[in-house]
Amino acid sequence: MLSIESVDKTYPNGTEALARANLGVKEGEIVAVVGGSGCGKSTLLRLAAGLDRTSRGRIRLDGETIEAPHPAVGLVFQEPRLLPWLTVAQNIGFGLSDRPRAERARLVAEVLERVGLADYAARWPRELSGGQAQRVAIARALAPKPKVLLLDEPFSALDAFTRASLQEHLLDLWEAFRPTLVLVTHDVEEAAFLADRVLVMRPRPGRFVAELALGLGRPRERYGPAVEAAKRKILRALDLSLRGHREGEELAPAAAI
Amino acid sequence: MAAIETDIAEEGARAGADESLPRRPGLRFLLGFMLPIVLALGWEAAVRLGLVQGRLMPPPSRVFATLYQLAASGELLRHVIITTARVAAGFALGVVAATLIGALAGALRLARDLVDPALQGLRAVPSIAWVPLFILWFGIYEQSKIILIAVGCFFPVYLGMLGAILSVDRKTVEVGRIFRLSTPALVRRILLPAILPEYVVSLRAGLGLGWMFVVAAEFMGASEGLGYLLVDGQQLGKPEQILAAIFAFAVLGKISDGLLLSAAAPFLTWQDAFAPRH
Repeated sequence: MLSIESVDKTYPNGTEALARANLGVKEGEIVAVVGGSGCGKSTLLRLAAGLDRTSRGRIRLDGETIEAPHPAVGLVFQEPRLLPWLTVAQNIGFGLSDRPRAERARLVAEVLERVGLADYAARWPRELSGGQAQRVAIARALAPKPKVLLLDEPFSALDAFTRASLQEHLLDLWEAFRPTLVLVTHDVEEAAFLADRVLVMRPRPGRFVAELALGLGRPRERYGPAVEAAKRKILRALDLSLRGHREGEELAPAAAI
Repeated sequence: MAAIETDIAEEGARAGADESLPRRPGLRFLLGFMLPIVLALGWEAAVRLGLVQGRLMPPPSRVFATLYQLAASGELLRHVIITTARVAAGFALGVVAATLIGALAGALRLARDLVDPALQGLRAVPSIAWVPLFILWFGIYEQSKIILIAVGCFFPVYLGMLGAILSVDRKTVEVGRIFRLSTPALVRRILLPAILPEYVVSLRAGLGLGWMFVVAAEFMGASEGLGYLLVDGQQLGKPEQILAAIFAFAVLGKISDGLLLSAAAPFLTWQDAFAPRH
């Protein structure tokens, strides 16, 4: 259980990136956080990853407060951020340096196989396409078998075709490893296709304004009626939150946030 | 899988695209010799045909004859060894100092604020201007020469080291943080490989300046070394000896740069520029 407990984050320049954020994510759940740019969704992930410290409140994983990067929490950035001087296999093994050599090799081989890049083990990052590089980045985050995987708009830089295939790929990996996923995105279709639950954020200060339990099973048909309906629901929530913001009134957040 | 196949096709296209020159490295290597050989033959012909006078600009045959004489008497080797030794000592001294100070200035804000302005000021002084002072301080023998060369090598390496550290991407460092690297591990696994390409470039620049400054150093009074051959050739009116020494400098500079590059190449294969195209 990942719990974000009345977290504030104010940057030194006075920006209130996050105010009174509360969120509980169950083990193995897929949660999507949507909202426009500057609404604090990336800040939320950086705090959960332990890269930044909260100004108030705390973030806990199974009761343990997260104040620094934690071995059970993985993070995938918007860009692959592969280390150009390491091969694909070495990049994937980067977070496993504390494991014995044999175990490291086994884990790397397993993940490489999973992401379908076994033939690319000895390649340099510069030899990969954007989609392949992001797959390696996901593999690198998954190799240490984290309980929670945080993804910060991981597919936003990819073309629509690659994005769709990587979304399905992410679901495959989730089936295999069952990590808790917290996915930040501005792509409503992505949220509707992947998530169990969608949270809508608004900026200034960054906060949760709505929560939608999609209640859809898997596999989902990307252009089927259920996903389309979920998309409309999310869009309506975004729109409502926007109007609520314009009129200056705070929307009552849906229950149990 | 279809996506992967198109990627391979693209890669092939990319590798083939910049290959308007002959593919075999041996051939390309020989190509580099063409221009100097053509120029030398042209000059030789011009002198032989009486189109120009060869007295002040001797033809290649005379230059190589001089080189051969110097080599046969063992004199050339002596000069080459002493000059190379001076460059090596000065370069080593300058690089060690520049690397340490550059690393310190790059890592600690306080150190940077403390030393960088002063060093930038000193950098503006033409290094030859130190010659009289170094002679007063260190005498006219090896010490002053090596220190002058070290000063010449110092600045490009210091600047390269400092610039490389300051330009390491915060995003790359964050990858290290997310995997909880200790500070020494962060330095070894992220910072060192990230700064290496720029550092190697600065070493090459430093080495080039080392060869430049050894001449200045040998001008200020030496009884042996390639710089001495230059001065000697001028005083005795032997332009072919000057050209022979210049030729030796060209060869030594190229060889030392090549050695430096090939020493660094195994660590830089990941770079685009060092890509062995297949």
